[in-house]
Amino acid sequence: MSEFGERLLDDTHRRKTRGDYVRSLAFILVPFLAILFQVYVPRFFGFLGFLELPLLVTIYFALTRRQPISGLLFGAMVGIVQDSLSQQLIGMYGIVKTLVGYFAASVSMRFDVENPVLIGILSFFFYFFHQFFFWVLDRALLGHLTAFDPQQTVIYGLLNAAVALPLFHVLDKLKGRA
Amino acid sequence: MESFLTRYRNLTVLLIVVAGQLLLLAYQVKTSQDVRLLRVWSVSTVTPVTRVLEVVRRNTFGLVGDYFVLLGVREENRRLQQELGNLKMQNHFLNAELATADRVHALAAFQAQSPSKTIAARIIGNGTAANSAEVFVDRGTSQGVEKGMAVVTPDGIVGKVVEAYPMASLVLLATDQSFAAGVVSQKNRVHGEMRGLGHGSCKITEVQNEQKVDVGEWFYTSGYDRIFPRGFPVGQAVVVRNGSEGKEIFLSPSGFQGGLDEVLIVLEGVHQLIPEQAVAGTDVHMMPPPPPDQTPATGPAADMPQVGNTDADRLKTAYKKIGDAQGHVYGEGAPPNFNIKVTGNPPPAAPKASAPEAAPEEDPGDVHLDQPDFSAQENDAAAKPKTTKPKSTTPKSTTSPGGAPRETR
Repeated sequence: MSEFGERLLDDTHRRKTRGDYVRSLAFILVPFLAILFQVYVPRFFGFLGFLELPLLVTIYFALTRRQPISGLLFGAMVGIVQDSLSQQLIGMYGIVKTLVGYFAASVSMRFDVENPVLIGILSFFFYFFHQFFFWVLDRALLGHLTAFDPQQTVIYGLLNAAVALPLFHVLDKLKGRA
Repeated sequence: MESFLTRYRNLTVLLIVVAGQLLLLAYQVKTSQDVRLLRVWSVSTVTPVTRVLEVVRRNTFGLVGDYFVLLGVREENRRLQQELGNLKMQNHFLNAELATADRVHALAAFQAQSPSKTIAARIIGNGTAANSAEVFVDRGTSQGVEKGMAVVTPDGIVGKVVEAYPMASLVLLATDQSFAAGVVSQKNRVHGEMRGLGHGSCKITEVQNEQKVDVGEWFYTSGYDRIFPRGFPVGQAVVVRNGSEGKEIFLSPSGFQGGLDEVLIVLEGVHQLIPEQAVAGTDVHMMPPPPPDQTPATGPAADMPQVGNTDADRLKTAYKKIGDAQGHVYGEGAPPNFNIKVTGNPPPAAPKASAPEAAPEEDPGDVHLDQPDFSAQENDAAAKPKTTKPKSTTPKSTTSPGGAPRETR
């Protein structure tokens, strides 16, 4: 191989390695920031309490990676961290987000998830699924008689879907730069 | 088998991960033990960042705020120098200092007055659980905070510590659906259980329809929950109605009314008695009673010395004199003749062998209306030197439900 070819390969390899590094960093940093947002921001902006950023981030990573195992592990990780930052038993959010990660990744293998309309619909659906399944688990496994408000969940689902579109766009841009 | 697992690899991993978490849940429920290591890692990762964010927020917003305040003060000072001179400028400075007094001062005053040992804490973040009200505070086990400790403000109870970590603690707020505390009403001494509703107000349960609770009545902690010391204000009843399973009482929690920023964690609680008078929560300044009426009066009470200041007081004194004149002890035997006229000093009353020696009658005019009546407080609480603050020293001074002086901005 010529010297030019070797240099070209080296350069491509270096760029690829750097891109992987940034992606790995984003893989940890983005969910951390999402959880940090949920912990800190609603203290001052109570109206943002409806935002389930860790869930949106889980959906995003599952949709873009298109690997069910990766999606479900990511969801489990985010959910368990979220559980550990509350007084509820560890595993509740973990199970729900594991399923969300798995299903989102499975959907991404069959549909064109670049379509904004589909992203909105999926975000809404997964938000509703997340809240409903959490409520079911809470009742069935722990026997908590908490109330489920479908109307409010639908509204919050729509709002989360509306936030998901620009959020996914920003995350896509970050990924593109990496 | 191997080909089956390879073929359904995704599903297998999903089932393993979900089953693992279900087992973890089952372990926690069965043994009532927590996976503390995971929680400590998460909290120790997140709370330092929120702490830094909080410091940055306070310093940046505070500095900007201070800048504008200083601008205003400078201009104000110039104007005052031109108009009134140094004396008024000093006055302005002192007033500005009072107006910008931090809530920390109120907490410190409450801390000094309260017999319970407390530690001030700052809220640095929210919990992540859905539909629950939890916050993180910047005090943890290294500062002596333990799980189950009460969290209060001078205005009332706030919640309880549900998890204590080395540098932070998770506090379940009183408005959470899973929160409960034993309470007792101030006026009618009705015991109940306060429960959060998941939003701004709370509900009192375990109160029978036959029991009497008034709208506007204050509720205090009863101390029976072994978390909150007795005598901390909880809130005021806003709705009281009969229900199918007992009285429905909705409460406006007083601890949240001033906003939550700094709180006190009760390290060692001391029970206190419930204040007797309903002066709590009133921001109304009450003047001392008017001086005795100087105009001459007629009738049996006219010749009596003016002990009380109201008609009822005067009537009571007149009846007492009539009773003394006839050697009558009220509550025993036939009633005395109220139609006789008693003039001047009455003759000494007949000796009362059975009656205990009467304490000197307190002049109603000496009743201090700024402080709630804590006369029946426990010895340790009562032994604390009582300080009364003159009203005139502050432009607006109010009394908090617990009797603690509260500075209002």
